[in-house]
Amino acid sequence: MILPLLQIHNLTFAAGNQKILDRLDLTIHPREIHALLGANGSGKTTLAYLLMGCEGYIPMTGSVLFNGTDLLRLKMHERAKLGLTLAWQEPARFEGLTIREYLSLGHPELTPESLLLQVGLDPERYLNRRVDKALSGGERHRIELASVLCMKPRLAILDEPAAGIDMLSISHIITVIRTLKENGGAVLLITHQEEVAAIADSASQLCNGRIIFSGDPTHVIEHFRGRTCVRCDGEVCGYVRA
Amino acid sequence: MSELDELTRVLPMVGAEPTILADETIAHVVGHGHRILSRRSVPGLDLDVHETPEALVGRMTVRAGVTIAQPIHLCFGLAHPTGSQHIRMDVFVEERATARVLSHCLFPFAQAAEHRMQATIDIGPGASLTYTEGHYHGQHGGMQVLPHATIRIGKGARYFSDFSLLSGSVGSLDIDYLVEVEEDAIAELTAKIFAHKTDRITLKEAVMLRGERSRGLIKTRVVLEDEAFAEITGITEAHAKGSRGHVDCMEIVQGQAHASAIPIVRVFHPEAKVTHEAAIGSVDKKELETLMARGLTPEQAVEMIVSGILR
Repeated sequence: MILPLLQIHNLTFAAGNQKILDRLDLTIHPREIHALLGANGSGKTTLAYLLMGCEGYIPMTGSVLFNGTDLLRLKMHERAKLGLTLAWQEPARFEGLTIREYLSLGHPELTPESLLLQVGLDPERYLNRRVDKALSGGERHRIELASVLCMKPRLAILDEPAAGIDMLSISHIITVIRTLKENGGAVLLITHQEEVAAIADSASQLCNGRIIFSGDPTHVIEHFRGRTCVRCDGEVCGYVRA
Repeated sequence: MSELDELTRVLPMVGAEPTILADETIAHVVGHGHRILSRRSVPGLDLDVHETPEALVGRMTVRAGVTIAQPIHLCFGLAHPTGSQHIRMDVFVEERATARVLSHCLFPFAQAAEHRMQATIDIGPGASLTYTEGHYHGQHGGMQVLPHATIRIGKGARYFSDFSLLSGSVGSLDIDYLVEVEEDAIAELTAKIFAHKTDRITLKEAVMLRGERSRGLIKTRVVLEDEAFAEITGITEAHAKGSRGHVDCMEIVQGQAHASAIPIVRVFHPEAKVTHEAAIGSVDKKELETLMARGLTPEQAVEMIVSGILR
């Protein structure tokens, strides 16, 4: 029996009086790509921040076990040391930091050159550029993915990894996600793009902070297509708020 | 150890090699207090520096049309804990001439000392001057450093300056630059300062865009820690048609330090434009968290971000 890598149970998070995550349960196994779909405001990014331990993201209730360790007791960098990492939907821009330096933070055997090639960027053109505002959104996203690759994470949380990427380059993103799996890692894949979600092993749909539908990605995508409510309050998706 | 040896020994702290003084293709002046320890000129460069009891007084001229291939090194400093150094320097870069100046200000042991620079720089039409000034101070923080300069940039000329104070504790630093930019000329002023302990930093840079299509940029990056203080004033005035200016100030404040940024922009012509941005605060949270999500401790992440900002 394969033990779960990530076990989220009864997780609730609120911002002020607004519940963003509501008694959420989710399990991800090693080497599993799990796609998380949901409309804007359904709680996907909040879940990503909470799992990574970003400042201000402390749940009201619930537990998160990562490979058997209570994740919520750990600081952000301690979670990263355990093998968890996050690619932001809007990645940070660093004044002064070069792409070579940024891609040297992980495993030394993975060179910045090889990582850039994996995300479809020419090392000669990019290695000495800075991770700053001069990069386009798509370029910055690819570099963010390369930096996740260099961590060889046990679980990579990718928040809209294909946002701003042109259609021709989506294949690079899909290759990266598969590489993360081939490297022995699991992926929590937050995406709106069906062609990206389709490569997942499993999927869930998030609505009003709860998982309302899980299963095969094809079925979840189909379910999501017909139920794109933002705040349906259960009218469409059937979720009944307690 | 001689004073010359003491000063050249710390040249690597500002990114220069002591061997430059022996290189006959490289012009240099080394001044300790009000004494000249070493000097050399090269063809196309008139370098006249002399000693007076009150100051080192100099005139440097890059002749018209000449490109000085190697940077001109100006090494000034004090090798003792106390003392005073006043420098009065007039720099002329004549029409279509090009030169780079690397100014090294070295005060490795200063505890109660003063370094005062009063300079005028005149860059002729179509000429170019890149002026890089690096400071190295020890940990005592007892200096008073007052670099003041007036710069005139002629028609179609270019002036790029880069001031950096990145290691050691200075004490008190008071920079005051006034730059006059004529038609089609460009001025770019960059300053990078890392202040510690009880350092007091006052930086005032003013760019006057007098000529049509003149361009000006003031870029300042200051990181403060402990109980350091900084007041950064960036002034840009656009007086002519098509002139463009930008003021960009970022200050990172840590510990008990405090900072203020005063961008002043004035436009006197309807077809001129000046923009500004100023940010003061702690290290950007998203940058910090991104690096922590890659396994860096908060301290390591801050160090990496700060070193990038000051690069």
